Amino acid sequence: MAKKTNKTLESMWDYAPSLESTGHINLKESYDLYIDGKWVKPSSGKYFETNNPANEKVLAKVAHGNEKDVDRAVKAAKKAYDTVWSKMAASERAKYIFRIARLMQERARELAVIETLDAGKSIRESRDIDVPLACNHFFYYAGWADKLEYAFPNRNFEPIGVAGQIIPWNFPLLMAAWKIAPALAAGNTVVLKPAETTPLTALKLAEIIELSGLPAGVVNIVTGFGDTGAAIVEHPEVNKVAFTGSTAVGKHIQRAVAGTDKKVTLELGGKSSNIIFEDAPIDQAVEGIINGIFFNQGHVCCAGSRLFVQESVADLVVRKLKQRMDSLYIGDPLDKNTDIGAINSKEQLEVINKYIKIGIEEGAEMYQPNCEIPSKGYFCKPTLFSNVAQSNVIAQEEIFGPVLTIQTFRTVDEVIQKANNSPYGLAAGVWTDKGSRIFNLTTKLRAGVVWANTYNKFDPASPFGGYKESGFGREGGLHGLRAYVKLK
Amino acid sequence: MQGLKMVLNMIDLTTLEGKDTPGKVKQMCYKAQHLHDSYPDLPPVAAVCVYPSMVGIARKELKDSIVKIASVSTAFPSGQAPMSVKLEDTRFAVSEGADEIDMVISRGKFLAGEHNFVFDEIAAIKEACGKARLKVILETGELSTLDNVRRASDIAIHAGADFIKTSTGKIQPAATMQVTYTMLMAIRDHYDRTGKMVGMKPAGGISTSKLALHNLVMVKEVLGEQWLTNEWFRFGASSLANDVLMQILKTETGNYQSPDYFSID
Repeated sequence: MAKKTNKTLESMWDYAPSLESTGHINLKESYDLYIDGKWVKPSSGKYFETNNPANEKVLAKVAHGNEKDVDRAVKAAKKAYDTVWSKMAASERAKYIFRIARLMQERARELAVIETLDAGKSIRESRDIDVPLACNHFFYYAGWADKLEYAFPNRNFEPIGVAGQIIPWNFPLLMAAWKIAPALAAGNTVVLKPAETTPLTALKLAEIIELSGLPAGVVNIVTGFGDTGAAIVEHPEVNKVAFTGSTAVGKHIQRAVAGTDKKVTLELGGKSSNIIFEDAPIDQAVEGIINGIFFNQGHVCCAGSRLFVQESVADLVVRKLKQRMDSLYIGDPLDKNTDIGAINSKEQLEVINKYIKIGIEEGAEMYQPNCEIPSKGYFCKPTLFSNVAQSNVIAQEEIFGPVLTIQTFRTVDEVIQKANNSPYGLAAGVWTDKGSRIFNLTTKLRAGVVWANTYNKFDPASPFGGYKESGFGREGGLHGLRAYVKLK
Repeated sequence: MQGLKMVLNMIDLTTLEGKDTPGKVKQMCYKAQHLHDSYPDLPPVAAVCVYPSMVGIARKELKDSIVKIASVSTAFPSGQAPMSVKLEDTRFAVSEGADEIDMVISRGKFLAGEHNFVFDEIAAIKEACGKARLKVILETGELSTLDNVRRASDIAIHAGADFIKTSTGKIQPAATMQVTYTMLMAIRDHYDRTGKMVGMKPAGGISTSKLALHNLVMVKEVLGEQWLTNEWFRFGASSLANDVLMQILKTETGNYQSPDYFSID
């Protein structure tokens, strides 16, 4: 008997799929615009579809807001600012923000599943990172709302007014939280446009905001495309523009607000370096590399997409990295086993594939694990390019996908030069056992965030933002409040 | 289900108490081969683990069963005895019929930086084991840092350990996931360098099926499928088996049954 059983035990042990259920979520067939505390139809009457990138099925229809709708939203925000929100005691504002945080927490599971459906990210990430972090941003800024005099000691300050906010598709709910929470805490009102491929969690957030009893017009959500965003940026009664997205659009916004008194913060692209020294804890560093580039399918503005490894350990690191890549699970984002989910959209998948082709043509050596990817939906295998030089296109341009380039270096000075040799400057990672080397690099790397012996670590109390073409202004922490007040 | 059966088949059913008697050991040996006779097709556990003085009794009970006999030795659990005693302890257990020897390292010497001593000791015991496979207990709860765990793992592997094992079960914390993960990495690196497989045995504190499956997932992810047999992976546990049985029957029937339906030998 035992012998027979032993034989079956020698066979492969595969995990059963562990799918998060979708039975508990509540999605409407179509969503209108949330303006002045009401759900209103778009004046154009036009709706667009948002789909699930993992199976290309339509999830819902969403209103396409135009200039007129934006105008209504901004007017509502202005009225709410003038008559209610700026007059309200700060401690009362705090209560509303706190209530939104609590309601989000109560619906965390639903928000996580919808985020995964709409954005393609793995349920593991939306459940454990996106949603809890988004809640924490509201909690954190709720705490600041009535303590602003301690945030800006010995200064007089006032809110800016109406904030026009445009957010990207990589962390839809989290970016909404990053934008809305500090704006409200500082006493501003908001018109927010989510990305066209991922509008659903922002609309669920609108439902939560409605439920929280927040006064009408304080937060308005206008869905749409680039033209909707442009209408927000160009609206004369918008006092502040906050944008997270591509550098190209960021530059466009800069031009559009030139000559106005609008305040602007931009959080744009990146090509961040992740630097491994020979004395680093190699296994931990390999985990850090994986997390740095494959987190959220590489759709992370601060993704550690340029890996620098000291030559003495390069072979070892590359071997371990390949081994680790082989054990990643790519597939259904709703499966709790999945490490890498679906690419956000067909367009983005085409962009990534274009860069992979360029990498091969440039003569870089490519490695992809030998794994199956689903035939339906937009998927991309984790990809590694070695034999890469600074002058390669794949080492210069932001790919925004699971594609890593590896370069080697010999000395500290060399790697600092190479890491800084980029138009971007959003983040960097440094892996070494030596504390003094960490401080040496943090002072010399031109990047908004430098992580030591970790990567992609986020906290509401910690500011985030870039140098150079990665943008300006900081979000998160005390610094994040600064973008939403006028100091006198 | 496959995972649960695999867990059962990897257990070293253990009794290591001062109050152990021949009667207790006999009962455990029977249980090792008859985990739950009312449910067919269950594998037996991998081994029973006892003190050297009980090896003879266990051998008499198990005869030539596929269930192996492991014996702790080298002045388990503290290891505070002279070398000659440790060697004699080991030879005695082997001569009584032990298939496997679970030795403890000298943690005092290790922490004092005398790594050569620790290496030589393991090598000497390995020689005394003869054909018996050697498991080296690091007692990670006393090593305090993961760096130390890694260093001790490397020493044990290079000195000839067939298995490395986390703990005696007498010290807390015992087999935490971090510690097991660190040791699995040491095994993986050794395999990558030399092509030689070394076994792993977390012991102490793994008393639920869920935790055991977590461990198997770690083994699969770090080392791969070839380690997923009781030749290369074991659980040192006394109460895990019944929890696994309970889960297997729950999977089968849909209901949890009272612990009273599972024998407690």
